[in-house]
This record gives sequence, structure tokens and C-alpha cells, in this order.
Amino acid sequence: MEEDQTAPDAGPALVANEAHGETTTATHAAEEEAGGMPQLNPDFFGNLIFWLIVTLVAIFLILTRVALPRIGATLATRRGTIGSDLAAAETLRTQARDAQAAYDKALADARAEASRIGAQARAEIQAQLDAELAQADARIDAKAAQSAQALRQIEAEAAGSVEAVARDAARAIVEALGGHPDPAAVDAAVARTVRG
Amino acid sequence: MEEEAAQAAEGGLSFEPLEVFNLRPLFGHGEVHWYTITNATLWMAIAVLAIFALFVIGTARRSVVPSRSQSIAELIHDFTYKMVEDVAGHEGVKYFPYILTLFLFILFVNVLGLIPTSFAPTSHVAVTAVMALAVFITVTVIGFVKNGAAFLGLFWVKESPLILRPIIAVIEVISYFVRPVSHSIRLAGNVMAGHAVMQVFAAFAAIALIAPLSILAIAAIYGLEVLVAAIQAYVFTILTCVYLKDALHPGH
Repeated sequence: MEEDQTAPDAGPALVANEAHGETTTATHAAEEEAGGMPQLNPDFFGNLIFWLIVTLVAIFLILTRVALPRIGATLATRRGTIGSDLAAAETLRTQARDAQAAYDKALADARAEASRIGAQARAEIQAQLDAELAQADARIDAKAAQSAQALRQIEAEAAGSVEAVARDAARAIVEALGGHPDPAAVDAAVARTVRG
Repeated sequence: MEEEAAQAAEGGLSFEPLEVFNLRPLFGHGEVHWYTITNATLWMAIAVLAIFALFVIGTARRSVVPSRSQSIAELIHDFTYKMVEDVAGHEGVKYFPYILTLFLFILFVNVLGLIPTSFAPTSHVAVTAVMALAVFITVTVIGFVKNGAAFLGLFWVKESPLILRPIIAVIEVISYFVRPVSHSIRLAGNVMAGHAVMQVFAAFAAIALIAPLSILAIAAIYGLEVLVAAIQAYVFTILTCVYLKDALHPGH
């Protein structure tokens, strides 16, 4: 309010002060001056002190009746909630650790079982394979012996045939040369030659 | 009187600052009686409403995860509680509601007083002196009730040499009785000075030539005053705690 009155003539007032000096200032001051600092005006003390006490009592009642119990309760609740949440988290962590351990154990067991089954299967297959191999060997040996016998027979037959052919050939050669072959002598000679 | 006024009003503008500290009846004109509803009453009532809004309405939901207003209220609560506990010790916690009342009153009145055209009751020594005296008397009574005659040990410093003790006792007694004076003048002086300086700059802002400079200065000083408003509330409160500590645990 005061500013509105002073603002328009503040500029001129300053100029006037510079021009006319102290007298203008004094009158200007005297116009508005009511009696020094309001802080030192005893008329105001009673009013300020009365309303201060009313205000402080009001604030005190607001705090002690409503605000402080409520904030205290809220803080306690929060502390409780945080505490129980932490406890729950701790429990969950232990459970998770147990589950992890159980899982690891199950995994290890499964691995061991798998390798055991694998080894067993391998052994069975090996045994089966060995048996089959032995059987096959036996069959092959039998076949080989049979073949060898057949071969020997064929050889013997062939050897017989060679002697007969050689005998016939030797008789024919002796006859062709004009002789009279003695069958026994020719046979003996051929036999001697063939058997070497 | 005339001369004094002339001296005070050197620039023709500078006594105007004191106008903002005047008490005016809110309704009608006339004398200010002790019961009159004045601008001081209004701004104290606004402070009460603001405290009510923050501490009652703001905390109404009692959330475990606090809203903004609730966390501000809790922050102020915890801050003051910790201050009382740290400075005055566990026994001082009993007086926490009284100390929080003082802190909130000074903080809110200081900050609300910074709103242009408002009124700052803490700029009046009458207001701060009542609070400082209340603290002084309460603390002295607590000191004697809790410790009896041993409370006088506050003035009889056992650690100092015997010859010096009477002299130190005199100094201690004087400093003890000066406490309420410095306690109250510090707050009122800081608030009043800040407001007066801003009023001076505001008056100069009417002069076109220096208006930009003075407006800049007002902005700067306003920022400073926001700081001062909070710091002075803190200083008043922590000194209260220190005095309380002296009463609860006399001896240095």
C-alpha cells in the first residue's frame, strides 16, 4: 500500500533531495514517519504476545494430539514391515539355497545313474558282440576246414588225373616212336617222374 | 524526533522499509488492542493451517511408502528428533514436542513472511523474546528440578584453577543471563534486516535508471532470505537443545 503511494514520486523525490538537500528529506520523512520502529511500539506487544501464545498452543495441540502419534505409528509400522520383509526374504533365500542344493544333488545322481546305465549297456553289448564274434569265428573255421578238405580232394583227384594223362601220353609217345610199350614199366616211370 | 527521522531517512526513501513491520487491524481501523485480529494474527493462523495441512492432512494416509507431503512431514520430524537426541541426549527426547513446536512455528512463519505483502511475526522482538524467555525459564526450572543445587555447577567450573574459578563463575553467570537476549535478538534481527533490505531495494526499483540493478539485488537477497529463514529456525532450535542439554547435564 505504501509502495503505491511512493512509487510514482520516488524519482522526483530523489532528484529533489539532490537539489534541495536536507530540508526536503526532513519534511518528506516527517509526512510518513509515525513513531520509529514498529518493533519498539509497546502498543503492539500485547497483541503479538497474545496471538503468539494462541498459535504456539494450537501448533502444540496439533502435534501432540494428532501428528506425532500418527507419525510415530507410521514409522513403527514401516520398521515392522521392513523387518518382516527382510525376515521373509531371508527365509526365501534359505529355501532357494536348499532348492539349489537339492537340484544339484538330483543332477549329480542323474549323471551317475546315466553313466551306470551306459556302462551296463556297453558291457551287455560287448558281451553279445563277443559271443557273436566267437560264433562267427567258429562258423568261419568250420567253413575253412570244409573248403580245405574239398581243396585237398580236388588236388588229389587232379593229381590222379595228371598221372593217368601222363601215362596215356607216355604210351602214345613210345608207340609213336615205334616201340612197344611195357605198360608196367611206363606206369612206374611216370609215377617216378610225377612224384618226383 | 524530527532530526532522528531525517537521519534515518537519508535517501528520502529508506524509512519506508519499517512500514512492513507495522501491525494493522484486519477488520476496520483503529487502535490495536491485545485481542485485535491483526495482520500478525492472520499470518500466524496461516502458519498453523500450513502446519496442519502438512502434518495432519499430509500424513492422513499413514502409508508405509510415504507420499510427497508425508515424507516431508516425516523428514522434518526425524530431522528435529535426531537433533534433540544428538544434542540433548536421551533424556531430552521427552521435550521433543515442545522443541518441534518452536521449530515449526519459526520455520513456517519465516518462510510465509517471505511472500510479498505478507507479514513476518518473527521480525518482532516481542515475539522472539517471549519464546526465548520461555525456553530460558523452562530450562532453568528443569535444571534445578533435575539436579538441585548441583545445577549451579554449571557456573562453578571444576576443571579450571581454583584462583580463576570465581572470575569464571561471574562470566558464566553473565553469559547465562545474556542467553535469552541473544537468543531472541538473533532471530528477530535476521528476519527484520532481510525484509528491510528488500524494502530498500524495492523502493529504489521505482527509479528507472537503477531499476534493473535493484531488481537483480532483490532476487539475490530473496534467495539469501529463504536460506536465512530456514537457518534461523534451525539455529533457534539447536540453541534450545544446547540449553536443554546444559540443564539436563550441567558441568562442562
